[in-house]
Amino acid sequence: MLIKLGKENLQSEFVKLVERISGEELANCYQCGNCTGGCPVSFAMDFGPREIIRLLQLGQEDAVKNSNSMWLCVGCLQCYCRCPKGVSAAKILEALRQITLRKGDDHAQIKEIAFPFMKNAPQQAIVCGFRKFVS
Amino acid sequence: MKISYYPGCTLNTVAKGFDTSARQSAVLLGFELKELVQWNCCGAAFPLTPDNVMGLTAPAKVLSNARKEGDTVTTLCSVCYNVLKRTNKVVRDDKEKRGVINNFIEEEYDGSLNVIHFLEVLRDKIGFDKVKAAVKRPLKGVKAGAYYGCMLLRPFEDMGIDNAEAPTIFEDLLKTLGCEPVEFPNKIECCGTHLAMGNEDVVTKLSGNVLSSAKNKGAEIIVTSCPLCQYNLEKSQKRMEGSVGGTQMPSLYFTQLLGLALGQDEGSLGLEKNLFDVRPVLKGKGI
Repeated sequence: MLIKLGKENLQSEFVKLVERISGEELANCYQCGNCTGGCPVSFAMDFGPREIIRLLQLGQEDAVKNSNSMWLCVGCLQCYCRCPKGVSAAKILEALRQITLRKGDDHAQIKEIAFPFMKNAPQQAIVCGFRKFVS
Repeated sequence: MKISYYPGCTLNTVAKGFDTSARQSAVLLGFELKELVQWNCCGAAFPLTPDNVMGLTAPAKVLSNARKEGDTVTTLCSVCYNVLKRTNKVVRDDKEKRGVINNFIEEEYDGSLNVIHFLEVLRDKIGFDKVKAAVKRPLKGVKAGAYYGCMLLRPFEDMGIDNAEAPTIFEDLLKTLGCEPVEFPNKIECCGTHLAMGNEDVVTKLSGNVLSSAKNKGAEIIVTSCPLCQYNLEKSQKRMEGSVGGTQMPSLYFTQLLGLALGQDEGSLGLEKNLFDVRPVLKGKGI
């Protein structure tokens, strides 16, 4: 099957939403893979940052939404700092989180978080975790 | 000299030693960290998506209050530093967002505050030579890994504290204290941050990589500038059966090390709260 790449593939509402919320243009990525190379959590992701962007370029909404990648991104910005095109995969993954959370679809439930963590962890971990995982 | 100081939520609670050791080191260096009269949590994460203006209101409130007390504010926690400095830039440079934020927090803040990290205070306001002259107890021969993590450095165009890929500010401070800084590959890699909430395995892997990377290069201790890095490194080492490949690797805040070198009373450094005690390492060196 021949898949043509370019703006015309980026017409799905979901992909447009990702671009609007992240402020990133997906077509800017030429798939060099520096982002995944620098990503400290790509080993645990279903799709590394490069693959997430590729899937979005190809309009593969379900594969992106069902992957665990967005919930593992730590926002360390290695991907962005090493991208020769100035694309921030971290922003794109944040946009994916935001699309889910803005529907009220929480990734973490307060009741399920272990009590020792809530008692002993630095407050910043809890505040940051809630910002990333809860609507 | 007085410098306005923003402690942030964690330094007021679980990372008390980071706070007290910095305040007392400041006194020994001849200046005062003056805590802001009014402050709130910075939000602990700079909102990465540009349309999330709500996430900027809490840090903007901090900045607005700080501006009323002076033109500079300093902070110790890398995350606070990152969030405050980046928010300040948005308020200063983005007129539209500035209007929305000010409208929401009911202030007239213009982004004219100077946000600096405590490391920058030591380097630029005090001077490392003066710090060196104030050292009473040189930490001679202590091989220390300076762990920057992410938030102190990235994104470089916003933070600008030092070179993003090869920073030296931390090592330069350690040298002034008499330590032998150890260069290790993972010094600017992430500790796992908020994944501590529910994803411990990933944190253990990331922090474990940092610890073993430092150890492989000969580090005996690891020095941090963020309570969450400190927590993740310590908890990960606990989960790694209490050692990094057979030896303990104490981690501590850079201000605790600074306090030790300046001859600060050990009881006020909060060392007993650290899971792995640095004192046996110092004792082994006759310090």
